[in-house]
Amino acid sequence: MATLQSLDIRRRSASTEAPPQVRQGSLEVAKLIDVSKCIGCKACQAACLAWNDLVEPVGTFEGSYDNPPDLTPTSWTVMKFTEYEKGDDLEWLIRKDGCMHCDDPGCLKACPAPGAIVQYTNGIVDFVSENCIGCGYCVKGCPFNVPRISKVDRKAYKCTLCVDRVAVGQAPACAKACPTQAIYFGSKDDMIDHAEKRIIDLKSRGFAKAGLYDPPGVGGTHVMYVLHHADQPSLYAGLPDDPRISPMVGFWKGVMKPISLAAIAFAGVFGFLHYVTKGPNEVSESDQRKGDDLAGRKGT
Amino acid sequence: MAVTRRQFMKVSAAGLAASSVGALGFTGAGDALAAGVRPYKLERATETRNTCPYCSVSCGVIVYSLGDKSKNAKASVIHIEGDPDHPVSRGTLCPRGAASLDYVHSPLRLKYPMHRKAGSDKFERVTWDFALERIVTLMKEDRDKNFVAKNRDGVTVNRWLTTGFFATSAQTNEAGYLTYKLMRGLGMVAIETQARI
Repeated sequence: MATLQSLDIRRRSASTEAPPQVRQGSLEVAKLIDVSKCIGCKACQAACLAWNDLVEPVGTFEGSYDNPPDLTPTSWTVMKFTEYEKGDDLEWLIRKDGCMHCDDPGCLKACPAPGAIVQYTNGIVDFVSENCIGCGYCVKGCPFNVPRISKVDRKAYKCTLCVDRVAVGQAPACAKACPTQAIYFGSKDDMIDHAEKRIIDLKSRGFAKAGLYDPPGVGGTHVMYVLHHADQPSLYAGLPDDPRISPMVGFWKGVMKPISLAAIAFAGVFGFLHYVTKGPNEVSESDQRKGDDLAGRKGT
Repeated sequence: MAVTRRQFMKVSAAGLAASSVGALGFTGAGDALAAGVRPYKLERATETRNTCPYCSVSCGVIVYSLGDKSKNAKASVIHIEGDPDHPVSRGTLCPRGAASLDYVHSPLRLKYPMHRKAGSDKFERVTWDFALERIVTLMKEDRDKNFVAKNRDGVTVNRWLTTGFFATSAQTNEAGYLTYKLMRGLGMVAIETQARI
């Protein structure tokens, strides 16, 4: 199928082969979520379900507008409502939760299944479910707690940033549907420019700490937020203040992986050489006799 | 199946060796490279412009249906999303509009005229001819009985106050004009639609 937007692969999980490296010039895309404009209508959630042919089973009321209460294998984006009280003031902070499409994706680094997680040169991180083995390492690797393992097929699911739409030059389904333009989509540079204008506007309206959420701890993200309280991201339903990939992922997949592979290879080679030089371990006649005596058996 | 300790050790060792060989990169090299792009699901779907059925905003939608309208293909709606060329909504939709595909395929959707006879507790499917005939008969009966040609002071008013009309919002200006003219012509006063024709 012809694609209008290049979808060359930048990184691939658990693969020793390097993807083709020359074509790296594709436009880096980003989704900008302006929390200050969001009215919590959930059109993005409905559009996401419709585009991705997902059906979220009817749930139960959990005491807030969050519906479903958290991300699920079928709800790849969920509005999180927070009531923030500051003195006499009540602010209703509504954040659209979902995959942040990190530039340095923890899920991809943690994934042991070859090709189950790929990062395209345009910045989108996608799960290729056919290759997923359902181990759940991506859940541990994700600093934003996004991937969910399905109980139906034991595979991990999350937002694809509508990679199929972006590939043919369309905006993601959620961004297109949003009736208040709280979700904006375009090149990462354009989204940063747009965010700056929004931040100037918010500051003029008394939100002195307004700012852009593009956390450097994960190399920046391809889903960014405009927050009215950018100094306290955790106000927004626990958005991490300074997200980083768990050091354990770096340890096991970085330092330990070559060491343990070398140990395995060494054990194999050593075993083979030992077999060639010493041969199989055979029981000597005297040992056999001693063993039989101990077991109280007559010599065989 | 009885397994001796020796057999168990052999099978375990073989499994460990096989997975180690895989981990060292000797197998499955090609599979990892075959990461595919998700195909675009509307590649050759038929696009039909329409209006969202829900509220008076009347957002534009594009209805995507299966097939290219060829004679032997039965079209079926597969996706609905906003129409970027629509001046009101410019491609955006609310959650109800964005989920209207479920409305199209809902098992509860009303597809035919239904009639509940007086005294009956259930609706039955009827033909359009029956339904229109029945509506017209009832309208005429009611109008003949309750039409007010002149008010108390003898001024001609031509009012028909006992029946109202509810029109669709998803109309063109012309259809709206005709709706208004026809119902006002009958003397009807209570004409309503979400879109305020």
